[in-house]
Formats: sequence, structure tokens, C-alpha cells
Amino acid sequence: MNIIINGIQYEVEKGITILEACRKAGIDIPTLCHDDRLEPSSSCRMCLVEIEGSKKLVTSCSTLVKENMVVYTHSARVMEARKEVLDLLVSNHPMECLTCAKSGKCKLQDYCYEYGITEASYKGARRKPKIDTSNPFYDYDASKCILCGLCIRVCDELQGTSAIGFENRGFDVVVTTPFNEGLVNSKCVSCGNCVSVCPVGALTPKKQTYRHWETKKVRTTCSYCGVGCQMDLVVKENRVVGVEPANVVPNDGLLCVKGKFAYKFINHPDRLKTPLIKRNGKFEEASWDEAYRYIRRKVNEIKEENGPDAFAGLTSARCTNEENYLFQKLFRAVIGTNNVDHCARL
Amino acid sequence: MITVERLREIKEKQRPILEARLKEKDIATINEDGSIVLKGEYYERQVRIALKNCGIIDPYNIEDYIAVDGYSALADILMNKSRQEIIDDMKASNLRGRGGAGFPTGRKWEEAFKYDADQKYMICNADEGDPGAFMDRSILENDPHAVLEGMAIGGYAVGASKGFIYVRAEYPLAVKTLRVAIEQARELGILGNNIFGTDFSFDIELRLGSGAFVCGEGTALIESIEGKRGMPRTKVFRTAHKGLWQKPTIINNVETYANVPVIFQKGVDWFRSIGTEKSPGTKVFALVGKVENAGLVEVPMGMPLREIVYDIGGGVQDGKKFKAVQTGGPSGGCIPADLIDTPVDFESLDKIGSIMGSGGMVVMDEETCMVDIARFFLDFTVEESCGKCVPCREGTKRMLEILENIVAGKGEEGDIEKLERLSDTISSASLCGLGQTAANPVVTTIKYFRDEYEAHIKEKKCPAGSCQALVQYFITEKCIGCGACARACPVGCISGDKKERHVIDQDRCIKCGACMEACPPKVSAVVRR
Repeated sequence: MNIIINGIQYEVEKGITILEACRKAGIDIPTLCHDDRLEPSSSCRMCLVEIEGSKKLVTSCSTLVKENMVVYTHSARVMEARKEVLDLLVSNHPMECLTCAKSGKCKLQDYCYEYGITEASYKGARRKPKIDTSNPFYDYDASKCILCGLCIRVCDELQGTSAIGFENRGFDVVVTTPFNEGLVNSKCVSCGNCVSVCPVGALTPKKQTYRHWETKKVRTTCSYCGVGCQMDLVVKENRVVGVEPANVVPNDGLLCVKGKFAYKFINHPDRLKTPLIKRNGKFEEASWDEAYRYIRRKVNEIKEENGPDAFAGLTSARCTNEENYLFQKLFRAVIGTNNVDHCARL
Repeated sequence: MITVERLREIKEKQRPILEARLKEKDIATINEDGSIVLKGEYYERQVRIALKNCGIIDPYNIEDYIAVDGYSALADILMNKSRQEIIDDMKASNLRGRGGAGFPTGRKWEEAFKYDADQKYMICNADEGDPGAFMDRSILENDPHAVLEGMAIGGYAVGASKGFIYVRAEYPLAVKTLRVAIEQARELGILGNNIFGTDFSFDIELRLGSGAFVCGEGTALIESIEGKRGMPRTKVFRTAHKGLWQKPTIINNVETYANVPVIFQKGVDWFRSIGTEKSPGTKVFALVGKVENAGLVEVPMGMPLREIVYDIGGGVQDGKKFKAVQTGGPSGGCIPADLIDTPVDFESLDKIGSIMGSGGMVVMDEETCMVDIARFFLDFTVEESCGKCVPCREGTKRMLEILENIVAGKGEEGDIEKLERLSDTISSASLCGLGQTAANPVVTTIKYFRDEYEAHIKEKKCPAGSCQALVQYFITEKCIGCGACARACPVGCISGDKKERHVIDQDRCIKCGACMEACPPKVSAVVRR
């Protein structure tokens, strides 16, 4: 199928949206409410494009390509509409970029920069500030919310929890939990996927102590279970200060509460860093060499006295597949017992 | 089970009873061709198709409906016509949706008819929400079976076995009549399995709206029936292909369905002989506002506005000057006096910036401020916007704020241009019809009454004398010093000696107009300006 975007002809697959076609062609179209993993909502109106023969602008995220369609992604009319949409959003948004935790990674900020919006044109009513801090891991600041609905849709369509939704109508719409009882009293499982998709600073991790430009990201595999979710550790001055899901197989940008928020053990003072050996009823720090020698000696002693079936091994889902393989090999081939098990089987 | 013979028997039994009742009440004329028309000039000037049974039959008695040929079209279709023939007839009739957009019903039905699916649905949009519109209500309350018959015909044509009527809960009487009508139709076997002994089965359920105007928008209505928050869907697919529960769904308005049985009774040619080439048939209008005879008016499409307002409506109340007429409710526009000869049909109204809409028609006289009218409709839209898309949620609110400032005398240079810019964005960038048409009242009032906007902003004057913040009450030298105004003033801001000219303290005046009322008519010394 052929379509013409900004005067250039492209061959595209049937059944894709204009947005997908543009992305494949390397044309950047701004979006605030779009996420490839979710059904299109077409509520932010940033991805508007002009189509020859159509009176109204159309949202590229929800319009399928047609044979010989002529699309303009950055015409004067389109740019004007996008600017006005941004202006309207900013007119109802606190200009707190100086202290906002999202600064530097905020899509609204980026687009305002790109489209030259310096201040709000409309100085009228603002959304009432309402902050829900009841969840132990993240906060929701309604005044910064642009109501793109990504949090609601990710919670509903991908997480399957449906803890949050829109309330009220028109200018008074807010994202909230049923009967306004606060996140902690809702069905929320604190997976934090809403926080990960929020394009602005409305949903932020609690006590965020970094600016985005101070950090670097380190890709790693979550060690909590066998799924192997890919994630980026947010690292500031060699300390892990946050976690962001990676949008790759197997987790497609999702995490659970443990992967998203339970990273503080990494820099925790109580964390074990060397093996401990009990001497005179007290654990004492030891070197790895010392520990291995101790284990080998004890294993040989017990095996000689009581046979290999005196041993049982239980391993953890927090180890990798390879580590678990080696563990059972150790028990079956070296020690000589089949008494080996794994917590994920429970 | 109902049969054609049984239907004829009921008609033969009930017709004389109905005629006797009408004669006794002396409210209608029975013509030679069997048609019944309500008496009085107001009704005789109209051409009633959708309203033809309103005020004539007893809505709680299905036999009354059968007595006026009700369900004969359905029986005939089920016995003698193929589904394709129905679609062809509907297309040939060019009946256009009466809910506002005017989409050809036959084409809509064809889309669903051609789309293969295990289940299809018919929906009747009875969520009539335009302020001042009550034509659907009248049909539902007075002739519910016409809607049921129209839906059943549509159901047969597209291959749907299930229908829903989405009716607003604020119409309790309509809900009651519909409940009774559905029950009676089921009892008689007109709804249910194997209707008229054919293999066509069709049933209808009621769904009550919860007071959201936006649920009159097709996809928001579908969401609401599915039990979700009533917000419009993004239109990747047509509802005729993927609608209710992702199945092919036809949504038509009450008035559209009420037209369907009559078209099949009297024929496509007859229907096309009424109205205009592109907009055949009639349209019901709710003629309200400053008009002598307010009420529901059904006239052939293409009738000039003047005839509706003057000949049927009796002109403007109290002999005041006609200023404008607002058509199409909050999505419509204001038509000024010099365009009063515009024929009322879909194309002509669209050309001058207004819309047919569901048929609201508000007549305004010289004392109506056009800026305030725009503010009134925007106030409604802001209240009823669902809040999903940015232009409608944020933009209409900003427009309202600007209009509120203008009528309060706080308008600034550049406000008109801001309104025009916002109108443009909201119209071209909103998600659904509500937003796309929300700016129409503002656009048309600026287009035809720009001088009024300018008077408000630059001179801080309301030419119509209706914006309270901008009017001043003033006592002229005609004052005889009787003191009636000072006694009537609730804030005591009028002073003056006996038999001397009185003065109003403008700083304290609350502009209630009590002084003007109190001033003896012979004197008329108090003026508003």
C-alpha cells in the first residue's frame, strides 16, 4: 500500500495506523496519551495530522492508512492546533519545573520546548490541588495531571487491576480510586506501572532524591523471580536510586511492586557482603576461601558418617537458571542425593 | 402467536372505538383516506409523520396503535420482503438521521447488513439532552410503538435479534410508556421469537441514562450500555461494524425510527414527495423562546424559517422585533433576522454555520443579548463535556471564562480574536461531536453580531440591555418626585426630595430594576441604558 507523507511516497503495510507508518518512516509525531501496548484513546490530540480531503484534523494514533492517502504531519494548521493544545494544557498546569521531580524527563516540558510555548495564555481557573500520598511507594498530584489516562489504562488493560478511574466531568475530571477512598484503600497492588507510564510529574515515586540528568541507567535482570524482567537501574553517584522497566521481552515495560520499588536493599547497611561462619555461638565474618574450605570439610564429614541422603538442598528463584542448574548438579553429582528443591515449585 | 389475520381483526375491532372516542372529544378530523389530523390551525399547517399519532391514540393500548395501521408495515415486510429490499427501500427513501448529523439511515443499515457477525444490535438513542428540545420525549410518551416497530424493521433488515432503547432517566413518563409498550408487544408476540410465524426473532430492552449529555453521542452511549463511564470512543472502526460489545450496531434516533414504519406503509415515492431532494420528509422542531405559539412543530424539510416562526409560531411575543433564531441546541448556531428566509434543511443550515441538530429552535427578540446567549450555551457545554480530550475539556472552559468576563464588563481588546482561535482549535481538534460543534454558538454570534461583542468590550455596553453588569438605571427629568422608586429600591440607593427629581447612586445600585417597575407608567421616568 502506498501513502504520501509530507510529499514523499512510502510503501506501508495494510492495517497500520498513520502514527505507525510515520514512525517507520522516521517522522516524529508528538504523543502524550499513546502507548503501543494499549488501545488508542486519542484524548491528548497531540498526534493530530492533516489528511487531504478531510475537513477535520485526525488523530494519527487511531486512523488507519488508506491507499494513496496524502498526509501532512507538520503543516501550519497542524502545528497551530498542537501549540494550542499545549497552551491549554500548560494553562492548567503548575509551572513548577524548577522543583518538579519529573523535570528533564517530562513529555509536556519537552513538547513545550519543541513548540515554543513559554507561558500559559489563559489565566483562568486551575485544577484544584489534591495530593494522594496514602500509597507507601508513590504519590499522585492531581494538579500536575494532564488526564491522558495512561495510568488508568495500564492499570486496567495490562496490569488487570483496575484500581483507578476518572471521576467527575469536564474541567473537574480527576483520576481517583472508587469512592475517593485513597490509593491505599483501593485494589492497587503498588506495581507502579502507572508511575512508569505517567508522562508528567503527576505520579512520582516517593522521596525521589535525584534530578534525571544526574543519573545514568544500568540495564539488568530483576532477581526477584524466574520471569527475568528486564529493567534499568537508575544510578546516581554509584547508588541505585530508582528502577524503570525496560520495554523489551519478557516484561514489555511492566514490573511488579518488588521489581519497581524494592531496590533499597542494594545500598542497605544491613546487607551481607561476606560469608559468615558461626564460631563460639556467634557469626563472624569470613573470606570466601575460608568459607568454601569449611563447607567442603563439613560435607565430607557428614557424608561419611550418615550417607549422601542426609543432605537436602533448597534453592531460590532469585538465582538465575544457570545458577540453579549448577546447584542441582552439585547435589546430584557431587554430593550424590536427589534431595533438591526450589522455592518456585511451591 | 400473532398472525396477519389477528392483526387485521384487532384493527377492525379497535378502529371504530378509536374513532368514536375522537369524535366524542372533538379533537381531530378523520379524513377520507383514513388519516387523522388534530384540529386547529396550529396543527393543520403542519405535516405530521413522526408525530402523526401523538395526541390521537392511547399510548398505553397497543390496539390503538394497530387501529391506525400500526405494525402493518412490519407484518408486510416479514411476509413479503427480503432484507436486501428493505435496505434498498431505505436507501431510496433517503431518510436522514433526525438526531442531528443527518447521516442517511439506509446507508448506515447497509453497512451493518453487509458485515458478517454472529450477533448484531439495534439501539434507539432516546437520550434527548439539548436544552429546550422535547420532540423525542413527545414521541416516546405518546406513540412508543412507532419506535418499537421502526426498530424491529431495522433489526430484520440488518439481521439483529436484540435492541436497546437508551432513554434518559429524567423522562420517567417516557420510561413508563416504553415499559408498558414493550410488555404489550411481547404479550401479543410482536416482540419475541418467530414474529408473525417467521424465523425472525427480536426483543428490546430498556437502558436508563444517568444524566450525562455526552451519552447522546453514539459511542459514549455504547460505553454506557456496556456499563462503563460514558465517554466517546476513538473511532478506529464504524459502530455499524464494531459497536456494542464490538458487534455491528445500528444507532438511530427516536424520530428516525418513528419515520420508518410510515415510509413502508405509504411508500418511498410518497415520502420523497415531501421535503427537499436532498432532505426528504419532515422534521420536528421544538419551537421555543420568545415566540407566540411555542410547541412541537413538524414541517416538511426546506420550509423557510420565516414560515415556521411567523405562520406557525405566530411571530415574536408581545410584538417585539425579531432578532435571531438559534437552531440545533448547544451545538447549533444563531441565525440573524436577515437570513430568516433560509430554507430549513441539512445543507442550507450547514451553509450558514448552524446545524439542524435534534431540532431545537429558540426564537430571540431584540432584548436578547447575543454574547450572553453564547455564554449560556458554553456554560452548558462546559458542564457536559466528558473531559476526555484536551480541546473540549480545557478549551471550552477558557472560552466560557472569556465570555463571562465580556458580559461582566471585564472584556479586553483581543478577546474576540482569542475566542476565534479557540473556536478553531476546538472545532477541528476535538474527539467527538460534542466538542467539534461546541464553538458553533460563539462562531455564529461573532460572525453575525460582532458589533455586539465590540460594544461589550470597548464601550462596556450591552446593546440589548440584558447584561446586568453593563446596564445602568437612570432617572430622567420626567420624574415627578413621587418617591415610588425610592420606596421600592431594596438597597435604598435612590434619594431626592418630594416633588423633585430623584437620583440613583450608581455605586450602590444592584440593577434589580425595581425602580423601573415602581415608576408609574404614565410617568416612565426610569430608563435602562
